[in-house]
Amino acid sequence: MTPPVSIVLHTTTRFVVPIMLLFSLFLLLRGHNAPGGGFGGALVAVAAYALYAIGSGWRQAHVALRRSPETIGAAGLAIMLVSAALALLAGRPAFAALRQDARVPGLADLDLATPALFDVGVYLAVFGSMITVVLALIHRARVMTE
Amino acid sequence: MTDDLLLALPLLLPLAAAVTVMLTRGLPRLHGPLNVACMAALAAVGAALLARVHDGAVLVTFLGGWRAPFGIPLVADALSVTMVLVTALVAGCVCLYALVDVPPRQALVYHAVTPVLVASANGAFLTGDLFNLYVWFEVMLMSSFVLMALGGEAPQVRGTVKYMATNLVSSTLFLAGVGLLYGLTGTLNMAELAARVPALGQPALVSVVAVLFVVAFGTKAAVFPLFSWLPASYPTPPVATTALFAGLLTKVAVYALLRTFTLIFVHDVGFTHGALLWIAGLTMVTGVLGAVAQDEVRRLLSFHIVSQIGYMVMGLALLSPLALLGAIFFTIHNILAKTNLFLIGGVMARLGGSFELKRLGGFYRAQPLLAGLFLVPALALAGVPPLSGFWGKLLLARAGLEAAEYAIVAASLAVGLLTLYSMMKIWSQAVLPAAADPARPPAGPVPRAQLAAIGVLAASTLALSALAWPVCVVLGRAAEGLLAPTAYIEAVLRA
Repeated sequence: MTPPVSIVLHTTTRFVVPIMLLFSLFLLLRGHNAPGGGFGGALVAVAAYALYAIGSGWRQAHVALRRSPETIGAAGLAIMLVSAALALLAGRPAFAALRQDARVPGLADLDLATPALFDVGVYLAVFGSMITVVLALIHRARVMTE
Repeated sequence: MTDDLLLALPLLLPLAAAVTVMLTRGLPRLHGPLNVACMAALAAVGAALLARVHDGAVLVTFLGGWRAPFGIPLVADALSVTMVLVTALVAGCVCLYALVDVPPRQALVYHAVTPVLVASANGAFLTGDLFNLYVWFEVMLMSSFVLMALGGEAPQVRGTVKYMATNLVSSTLFLAGVGLLYGLTGTLNMAELAARVPALGQPALVSVVAVLFVVAFGTKAAVFPLFSWLPASYPTPPVATTALFAGLLTKVAVYALLRTFTLIFVHDVGFTHGALLWIAGLTMVTGVLGAVAQDEVRRLLSFHIVSQIGYMVMGLALLSPLALLGAIFFTIHNILAKTNLFLIGGVMARLGGSFELKRLGGFYRAQPLLAGLFLVPALALAGVPPLSGFWGKLLLARAGLEAAEYAIVAASLAVGLLTLYSMMKIWSQAVLPAAADPARPPAGPVPRAQLAAIGVLAASTLALSALAWPVCVVLGRAAEGLLAPTAYIEAVLRA
């Protein structure tokens, strides 16, 4: 493993990145009827990822992603299409909002809705495409400095 | 099937195909057949839609379930459904041709982006909202940038830069026009615009916006004097890409002109459509003069795209039922014939090793069947009776005579002769004579998929020629619907 660029940055990212990721999920989940949403949430997650990649090296960051960014983005697009198709299956126009209350005994009352599902799709699509850009830029910068 | 489903499928099917290609990167052999199947399904959806709207009915669905004027409607009338159907047909044939034509390293991106291009064209045909139209145009541009630059050879990149620069400028003008129109009327729903613009009482302001739209769509449709990007960029990418672009992209802009300049901008026909008539005549003439001067198959055909756009704009400019019928008929004929000519040109170049007319030859001796199939779209494009181009030009000339616009009729007939001349130039230089380079080893047989794609398109042109009358009956209703859009407006606003 390559040594970190800066020990201070490396140590700080270990604390900051989880908080940023949690904040990004918070933005995603409140997005369908409050400020926030999949797009903004994904951008925060990409910022966290970029910080991690700068602090720990892009090889490490690549490993941490587990799936290729293209696959993540495509999965997001697939989820968006599913949320459109669900409304059609229910006999409503494409992309119409469907709501379903679900009770998880002892835990919570959930208000499930297809707009939230669509937002998850947006989140993954934006995350995947932006990560592609970030990785390409980091890679280019490395090649140029070497 | 419900209208909601039928209207959403032309968008969702190709997008689903694109996502499937991206998610199954490990199975590259599936991608080509998947796209062909998707386009076949799309053609079936188009046929089902046509069965519903051929008698002049208008189908509407609101994405997200929000009604007009807040929601974004998808509207299917005879014109938009015909375009969806023809798009599925040519895209299917191009995907069939591309099964054996795309280099393996570019195949994944090609197969993932082509359906997105088709989805965006369908979106532009079906949307009933001006801003949404802008969005579909942008999606179309994005995917065409990728396809055009794919491969990354120097001439391709040069062509893409020109294509991108002009199209971004025209998109900006389009967006400015949309913004001004929203400021004037407070809506971007096309049906509501049709109702509000006449009540505005400010024809001068609306004319300014109309000019922005003429320039924006005119650039994308490659009309005089905004066409120079097209012959500079279209000949550079691989044939499977150019053929799809040639058939589809400029015609989406023609559709947008047809829609907006019958539905929204009819406040001062003398000015707007008078200008369009001049543009039409100059486009025809300059395009064909450019084509006559070319000695490279793809550049020659690219200049013909420009020339033929003139005929479609001529029909719109004359603004009578017969003229609009002629414009729509001509558009369909042109999409089928032009795509096919590029596909055949691709085979010719592969056998002869060049796109230069001088270095080609021996095509008739090597491929008599394909040489015969070349004649179908070539003569149709030149307007030789009884092929489809003849009927289109006949309708347009008749409409021009009825409107007493003799100059444009004379121009259109003269351009027809020059078109015939340049098609015969290909025939007499590249098809009939013996091979220019006899030492060149004979290429293998033409793959069956490519033969099938060319055959299906030639058969479609023949069918359009033979069934010109019933097709004209349906398209005549589409033209009447454009001229008297009450059914369209009522369907959207009262849905």
